Amino acid sequence: MISEVRETKQKEIQILLKQLDGLVQIKGLPIFPEPKTGNPLWADVRELDLRYQIPVKKVTRFFDELGKGKIMATKCVKCNTIYFPPQDDCPKCRVSGLEWVELPVEGELITYTIISVKPPSFSHYPDYVVGIADLGEVNVTAWVQGPKEKLKVGAKVRLEVVKREPEGYLTYSLRLL
Amino acid sequence: MTNVAVVGTGHSKFGSRTDVTLQELAWEAVKQALEEANVEQKNVKYFSVGNVGTWSAEPLPAIVVGEYCNLNPSGTMRVEAACASGSAALRDAYLAVKSGEVDIAMAVGVEQMHQSPNLTVVEMIGRAGNYFWEFENFGLTFPGYYALYATAYMSKYGMKEEDLGKVAIKAHHYGALNPYAHFQKEITMEEYLKSRPVAWPLKLLDSSPITDGAAAVVLASEEMARKLTDSPVWIEAQGVASGTANLSRRTDFTSIEAARIAAEQVYRRAGINMDSPWKQIDVADVHDCFTIAEIVAYEDLRFAKRGEGMLLAREEQTYVGGRIPVNVDGGLKAKGHPIGATGVSMAVSLTRQLLYRAPHKSMQADIKNGRALAHNVGGTGHYAYVTLFSTRRPGT
Repeated sequence: MISEVRETKQKEIQILLKQLDGLVQIKGLPIFPEPKTGNPLWADVRELDLRYQIPVKKVTRFFDELGKGKIMATKCVKCNTIYFPPQDDCPKCRVSGLEWVELPVEGELITYTIISVKPPSFSHYPDYVVGIADLGEVNVTAWVQGPKEKLKVGAKVRLEVVKREPEGYLTYSLRLL
Repeated sequence: MTNVAVVGTGHSKFGSRTDVTLQELAWEAVKQALEEANVEQKNVKYFSVGNVGTWSAEPLPAIVVGEYCNLNPSGTMRVEAACASGSAALRDAYLAVKSGEVDIAMAVGVEQMHQSPNLTVVEMIGRAGNYFWEFENFGLTFPGYYALYATAYMSKYGMKEEDLGKVAIKAHHYGALNPYAHFQKEITMEEYLKSRPVAWPLKLLDSSPITDGAAAVVLASEEMARKLTDSPVWIEAQGVASGTANLSRRTDFTSIEAARIAAEQVYRRAGINMDSPWKQIDVADVHDCFTIAEIVAYEDLRFAKRGEGMLLAREEQTYVGGRIPVNVDGGLKAKGHPIGATGVSMAVSLTRQLLYRAPHKSMQADIKNGRALAHNVGGTGHYAYVTLFSTRRPGT
């Protein structure tokens, strides 16, 4: 769950903030020496919590279909371009209201990497593989799952809907065949 | 339109600069550039500030830098083109002079990444690309994006880990000589091979560090440059291009299309032979945020054929005395990569190279053609800026 992931993180922050409170009590200022250099640093007393709210109205269908196990792209009926990530506007033809089509599920891995140094918001996952697969008309970027020995450029993969744990939300990944 | 020359350069020490604020850091470079150009702040009629920020507290860096450096009330703006922000700032100031609107302008690049913990910075840079479709669900990191290129390149051309190691060793070799560099020590192949993975196949020693730093250049119109100096370094040509936000919208992960396009624009504008441009250029700074990026840059700039960039590294052809010296200031890898400052830092390094002012004689390239090339890529080929500097007045 999202709130559990958050709680773990908050605990680490709490420890740091307690130390900072102690410092202010002793010195009357939130200034501390940087461990390596001893340079005095002011620890910001103002916190900014960033969690964006991203509009998805024009591609709602994508998320609706994920719930039915389908991964959709959009297609411009005028120029036949397939868009993934899906978008409702074709800037080439300047038309909107594109057609929804299901993506082919089988493809080939073009490239991949294994992320060891992770962003803090991904630190609760084990090291993950991110790959780009060629599904014919479009490429898809996603996590690659399956046995490591099959992981190579050119490997066959299947695009599938998965539940991302521990958050428990629907997304998609590439499974090594 | 007038020709535009660099008439003054300034560069701070790069590194973990927690001894100063963002604006104090900028002033180190701005002061040096003003003194070198011998101009007063009031004569700098426009200044641009390359800065990406988010890891540092000031949301209006151009304004904070302007006040601290006494550049008010001249016009300004903060310029963002990810890791190419410095070159974008240079372009903005260059066009202000070229258009004839002002006769003296300044480009400042400054970044202070150590105002946030390293992992917060990893998160912020990872978000640069297409936030929603790439980062939100798949947590790509900056080394991760370039690792996708390294994997594809290795698979297609049989590049070895050691080829990337050669690039890192060269960077550290020159970084060790550069008093402005973040890392001033040599590394061995053994140390390179043993360094821990950050995003396979890229290791810690494939990666440029998280750095604080500033650089500045004073630009002048031809008429003004003639009054200020007898050794102007001209901006002969600049090329600019962009790439898709989503990497999945690209088909080739062995080359950066935007960089190729920008380079071709420059070569065409300057009348450089597309088959062997390295014969007409004496030294280059390329965007080696990761070792693989330098190898790809050799090819995108046509210093080597496609698939043969790794051979230039393997044969040590990009040291001083080789086919073309590249990143003999230590590059992003060892000099450091304060995101918004990097492009301006390249302009400073190359201007000084052309004037035989490299900080160490072993870093000095032989200047035969009077030309130096800067290749500055933002994001993972999202932005590309290629700039040609010359001691010869353009059009002669």
